[in-house]
Amino acid sequence: MKSSPTIALVGNPNAGKSSLFNQLTGLRQKTGNFPGVTMDKKSGTWPIDTQHIATVIDLPGVYSIYPKSLDEQIVTDILANPAHPDYPDVSVVVVDASNLHRNLLLFTQVADLGVPTVLALNMLDVAQQQSKVVNSVRLAMSLGVPVVRINARTGEGTDLLKKAVLGQMQEPVLPGKLFFDPADEVPALISDTKNQYKLTNNYLALQYIIQHDGFSFLNTPQRKVLDEIIEQHKFSEPTFQAGETITRYKRIAAIVTEVVSDQRPVNEPTWSQKLDRVLLHPVWGYAIFGFVLLLIFQAIFAWAQPFMDAIDSGVAWLNGQLKESLPAGPLTDLLTDGILAGLGGILVFIPQIAFLFLLIALLEESGYMSRVMVIMDRIMRKFGLNGRSVVPLISGVACAVPAIMATRSIGTRRDRLITILVTPLMSCSARLPIYTILIALVVPSQRVLGVFNLQGLALMGLYLLGLVSALLAAYVLKILLRTKERGYFIMELPTFKLPRWNHVGLTVWESVRSFVWEAGRVILAISIVLWVVASYGPGNDMDEAEARVKQQNPMAAADDLQDRIASERLEASYAGNFGHFIEPVIRPLGYDWKIGIALLSSFAAREVFVGTMSTIYSIGSGADEEGVTIRERLRQERNPETGAAMYTPALAWSLLIFYVFAMMCMSTLAATQRETKSWKWPAVQLVYMMALAYVTAFATYQLLK
Amino acid sequence: MSKRSVADLKIGERATIESFNNQLMSLKLLEMGCLPGAEVCLHSKAPLGDPICLNVAGYCLAMRKSEAATILIDN
Repeated sequence: MKSSPTIALVGNPNAGKSSLFNQLTGLRQKTGNFPGVTMDKKSGTWPIDTQHIATVIDLPGVYSIYPKSLDEQIVTDILANPAHPDYPDVSVVVVDASNLHRNLLLFTQVADLGVPTVLALNMLDVAQQQSKVVNSVRLAMSLGVPVVRINARTGEGTDLLKKAVLGQMQEPVLPGKLFFDPADEVPALISDTKNQYKLTNNYLALQYIIQHDGFSFLNTPQRKVLDEIIEQHKFSEPTFQAGETITRYKRIAAIVTEVVSDQRPVNEPTWSQKLDRVLLHPVWGYAIFGFVLLLIFQAIFAWAQPFMDAIDSGVAWLNGQLKESLPAGPLTDLLTDGILAGLGGILVFIPQIAFLFLLIALLEESGYMSRVMVIMDRIMRKFGLNGRSVVPLISGVACAVPAIMATRSIGTRRDRLITILVTPLMSCSARLPIYTILIALVVPSQRVLGVFNLQGLALMGLYLLGLVSALLAAYVLKILLRTKERGYFIMELPTFKLPRWNHVGLTVWESVRSFVWEAGRVILAISIVLWVVASYGPGNDMDEAEARVKQQNPMAAADDLQDRIASERLEASYAGNFGHFIEPVIRPLGYDWKIGIALLSSFAAREVFVGTMSTIYSIGSGADEEGVTIRERLRQERNPETGAAMYTPALAWSLLIFYVFAMMCMSTLAATQRETKSWKWPAVQLVYMMALAYVTAFATYQLLK
Repeated sequence: MSKRSVADLKIGERATIESFNNQLMSLKLLEMGCLPGAEVCLHSKAPLGDPICLNVAGYCLAMRKSEAATILIDN
């Protein structure tokens, strides 16, 4: 017996699979890729006893072994291919006891594929609330596999699960016969396929026939042979599959009647359904959704503010302390103006990202997100999207990369492509730093109607602009991309649940960690490079610039002189040269060469913009201004031509609008390339978003100027 | 008169599924527990009347009206 077996968790969506996964693996989990496909694989270790440490794989939730979308394909790919590196030694099918009937369909299919199986009977408490009693002993007898009663939320029953899994590894108990044996109906077809591929399992042979186009482990000649076999036997796949489902459900119905006693008073709506009447109400439904969105924006702008201020002033204080205590010189400057200024630009956004992910996780966990999909489907459809596009679009507010990966649950190809192309228009958390600073510069912090902060409303306006433009872009794409494929939207509405706080905590922790770590490394590296190119210039241009200033202004006060020298030196540096080089292109938008440097450096990732601004304006500021935050520096920045404040509302809004639309994120383009498996779509995405950004920013500046 | 479908149900109305008129859609619906002979009840509608939410096989299933129209019912 293997000392490190593989256990796969299989189950319907909302059956409690992920809860069980978290119970078994705790913090010993990691996210990787399934071999050959860019599909997130959640796996973790589970010490069963002293000799056995299992690897648990959390497979995506599915209703049957026949995949309906891209993310479901992996389940069949693994379970139908014993040669797959992740093929499980034992599969644990997690079953929602309150809906045994539908959950058993998948179970019987997995068991029929010949994988040693344990049935984990979950959500018995929900079943009890609905006055359903499940007799698990009888269930085990009728199914012919071990059945374990668990509570995935509390971890009850995991010890029994260990025993059952060990038992299935040592001496597998398999059901005596298949729940559905295709050889009963099409014996010749099944035996031909079995002979051709040296298979022993009738149901596996059927999967080869029905699903061969989707199986990644079959090559083209093998698929051709299967096509010939199908042709020869005049086999109709959809008809047979429909028959299979009906036959299975008939057998399941017989089992369920025997093991479940349902004492629910007929026609009594559950409290979840009563709640739905309000949440799906024509008026209240949208009002509540609007309120929830507003709450999210209030949280990330108003509630996060005290935390952000604390971090901001903490970094500024540290910077001042370092400058005082360390000897003056290029190394100290690199540490304070380069590294610390860039780092401060990242750390300050942790509160906002944490709040955002906290609220999104709560919406997902409670079951409210699927109601949102229902009330939004009709509207989304008008724009060539799908109710399911709501999750990518809302996640896009956090980050477009996971959002684009989340489109895999959209079954229709065109709906999915359009969702991928427009999702980056949703304002992601990387734009938040830019919005925050620029809004704070030009929008006064006032209360409106007693509750709402004017800055919060401005922020919400920008997010809405992103949303509206995403919808409009989708509409245009819908007209451009014609298709005959029939879109559909069929989705279970899970009952409302209290959020699992450990899940929510894990999500928030994971998102903050990856932001600081992934984005942080890039920002830090670019900050350092930028500091270098802004501190040094070609030849001795910079020293000449300094001498020139001194010569031209012999009478200037020391402070003023210092500022002018710093500014002239920056202009003469490599970065300054670069900024001047692109200035003609961005001039019509109202930007100068300093902003040009920031734009260029943020091309790979927009969050770099703020770090760059910190670095540029730290270098450009006088030595007596230590401890001044980036916002203050921008406020003090003067327009060299007019002498008035550089950051006028026209310039700030032009920059804001530019960042709403601009496709400045390499990771997103890479994600689009991976998900669409082509270079065409990321190119389309880059070009249309950049064009949109340039034109709208131009219009904004010219109108407000 | 043509056959009624689930899309014609009023809120709170019950019916029994008889057959489907679209094979591809029926594969998806069957797996979700919409079986011939099963009882369905229209429990609520989205604000614009589409999608609709059905009680079927002991749980709540949301679908578009166009999908509901492929599920024929007997009266």
